[in-house]
Amino acid sequence: MDLMAMLTKVLTKNGLIFAFVLIGITNLIAYKLAGLTKGRIHGSAVAIFFGLVLAYIGGGAKGLASIPLFAGVGMLGGAMFRDFAIVSTAFGADLREIKKVGFVGVLSLVLGLLTSWIAGVIVAYALGYRDSVSLVTIGAGVATFVVGPVTGAALGATSEVIAISIAAGVVKSVLVMICTPFVAKAVGLDNPQSAMVFGGLMGTTSGTAAGIAAVDPKLVPYCAMTATFYTGFGCLVFPSILYLATKAVFG
Amino acid sequence: MVIYGVALLAFCYITGIFLGDILGAALGVKANVGGVGFAMLLLIILSNKGIDAGWLDKKSQEGIAFWSAMYIPIVVAMSAIQNVAAAISGGAVAIGGGVVGVIFGFILIPILSKMQKNSMKKE
Repeated sequence: MDLMAMLTKVLTKNGLIFAFVLIGITNLIAYKLAGLTKGRIHGSAVAIFFGLVLAYIGGGAKGLASIPLFAGVGMLGGAMFRDFAIVSTAFGADLREIKKVGFVGVLSLVLGLLTSWIAGVIVAYALGYRDSVSLVTIGAGVATFVVGPVTGAALGATSEVIAISIAAGVVKSVLVMICTPFVAKAVGLDNPQSAMVFGGLMGTTSGTAAGIAAVDPKLVPYCAMTATFYTGFGCLVFPSILYLATKAVFG
Repeated sequence: MVIYGVALLAFCYITGIFLGDILGAALGVKANVGGVGFAMLLLIILSNKGIDAGWLDKKSQEGIAFWSAMYIPIVVAMSAIQNVAAAISGGAVAIGGGVVGVIFGFILIPILSKMQKNSMKKE
């Protein structure tokens, strides 16, 4: 009786269920570690970073899922579950709250997405990327680590470019968490209005929430009010208007 | 029932993705154009309607809330299946893009906050 072989068979046969266990443990360790930073760095950013590390350990083109034993992670993190979960986050957005955001809130969302697009495209172009699909995917990644892969998958970008776009989003998210308390005073981030603008410009929900909580916890809901729309809005405009704009510029 | 919420979410998802495919075909690009965004818009509208009208009760809402709570873990799984080994060479792009994006954002905060204050005064 070969117990190891039997266990391997069970885990491979029930790949998706095994993935729940694996990702659960990854999250547990990440959130515990993030807790040590006293909320300065949000657990989600650590967990996503761990995910990228696991992908690196996995090696191949499909990251951790390149190893047959972990193929189930490929299903959990695949396009279907990912997009389904992303759509679900729109739930809870109150239409009355949206109306309260007002013109400047919407403007901050538009400018936040546009500046991410510009930042991503400029840096990617400078470092050698030339095709519009890669350029816009990296720009979308600068928006958030979710808009990047959604845009990349919709437009058929390579997994390498999608990985870069996720990493760019994580870098931005962590930077926002760490830098916000230090620059808050200089940019006048101390009232509900500027918190709303901040949420719209930065977009990363985990980054802005953790960053502004360190400034003044009372401002978190104001910043979340605009930040929640950022990802959805980004998923709408990056694979459409901004892709066409990129194509118009770079061919 | 929980399944009503899950079904509503799934309906919005399918409809949104389908709209994205149609738009992609209409624009002549081989891509799903904004499908996830359309699905989110649809879910916001329908769930708000459902809650106001009463047919989306607490239990049904839980069916959507569960998936919303699974969002970060699924993003972690998604990160774990990317071609990171190949992307390491592009690490400079990731760091550079992230840094420039954050700088742009912080520069714009004071400018937009000023506009916000002015528009509040007018009202």
